[in-house]
Amino acid sequence: MSVLPILDVGLAFLVVGLAAWTVAARNLFASVVGYVAYGLLLALVWIRLYAPDVALTEAAVGGGVTGVLLITAGKRLGALEKDEAGATPALALKIVAGALALFVAGALAWVVVTLPDPAPTLAPAAAAAADGPGAGLGNPITAVLISYRSFDTMLEKVVLILAVIGVWSVGADSAWGAAPAPLGRPQPAGAMVLLAQILAPIGALIGVHIFWVGADAPGGAFQGGALLAAMWMAAMMARLTEPPRIDARWLRLALVAGPAVFLVIGFAGLGLAGDFFAFPPAFAKPLILFIETFMVLSIAVALPLLVAGPPNGRSAR
Amino acid sequence: MTPPVLAGLAGAALVGFGLYGLILHPHPLRKLLAFNLIGSGVFLVFGIVARRGAAAGLPFDPVPQAMVITGIVVAFAASALAVALILRLAAVSGKVTLDPEAWAKTPSTRPDGGGGQ
Repeated sequence: MSVLPILDVGLAFLVVGLAAWTVAARNLFASVVGYVAYGLLLALVWIRLYAPDVALTEAAVGGGVTGVLLITAGKRLGALEKDEAGATPALALKIVAGALALFVAGALAWVVVTLPDPAPTLAPAAAAAADGPGAGLGNPITAVLISYRSFDTMLEKVVLILAVIGVWSVGADSAWGAAPAPLGRPQPAGAMVLLAQILAPIGALIGVHIFWVGADAPGGAFQGGALLAAMWMAAMMARLTEPPRIDARWLRLALVAGPAVFLVIGFAGLGLAGDFFAFPPAFAKPLILFIETFMVLSIAVALPLLVAGPPNGRSAR
Repeated sequence: MTPPVLAGLAGAALVGFGLYGLILHPHPLRKLLAFNLIGSGVFLVFGIVARRGAAAGLPFDPVPQAMVITGIVVAFAASALAVALILRLAAVSGKVTLDPEAWAKTPSTRPDGGGGQ
């Protein structure tokens, strides 16, 4: 018996155990730390499912950025928290909720075991997209995201912008246009500053690299953009830089650049290639890289803004 | 048991734990975490659908995988919006709970809405 099956089983138990920990942990911080570790382990599970692109996204966005979001939120909540969360639920409620959860999980497990065989698949269509309209993209995931299901990807960027607008709208009226509250403490620890100073340039390089190789290897706009976003957030946490004012022109242009360029080229496809979101085969690949460059920009700007939260009237605490 | 089936069963368990935490935790951020657990469990089940759809020389079906990538980013955007709403609710009401009984006992002390945090 090879060692891989044992690793798989161990990994599955670790992931499920950490999920149980995030639900059962006594305080919020312990729960969030468990969730970040859970996200990283989940990335390993994705690798085992032959999904390195998903693994990169899960590690960067699902584990990393979501963890930062929740830790920041917990800290801000702790600053004004007076009325601690209510009493523990009654035993009867626990039993009912447990039974319901068990039933749903059981039903899902049953579906997993009884999935149809042979499995339905869109792989041939996607492979054709990677070779044909995707113009020789070696990474089928990127081909699907930008070519085969391009409209989904464009709308997803719009969702990011809508979320940013939603977060901004939650702030007080008087604060509109100001900058969000700083992410870090007033005097960040020396280790944090050093880490940000060393890590941010290297991380930014790796982010650009992951985006650039995404056409042919695992990686792409999402993963590279998320890494750039993480590096910007690290710099903000070390107070090397502050969140920008939300009425800054460059900020808003960067936010909409991704979907705007995507849409313009999509409409241009109507005339040039005969279909909405169709790329002329001769220069499809440069076009796709051009679109992705602006999407990286939008993602790298949108994620830190979502974490930084609504504008805050006070400039610096 | 093959890795895909194993991962699928783990996904089902994650949905179960997430649902339990979502119902029982009165703390809104804990509810949000539990909701994210449900989400990643669903993604994992989707992942085994992608793995089983291996065809055309690819070891996976790229379409579900691409949708999971989109899903992870959208889930994060929704979480960030939820966090902003939770913080605003806490700033306005002075309460950090979604337990209806706690809300019934003491009416909001700052109905005018604070200056934002």
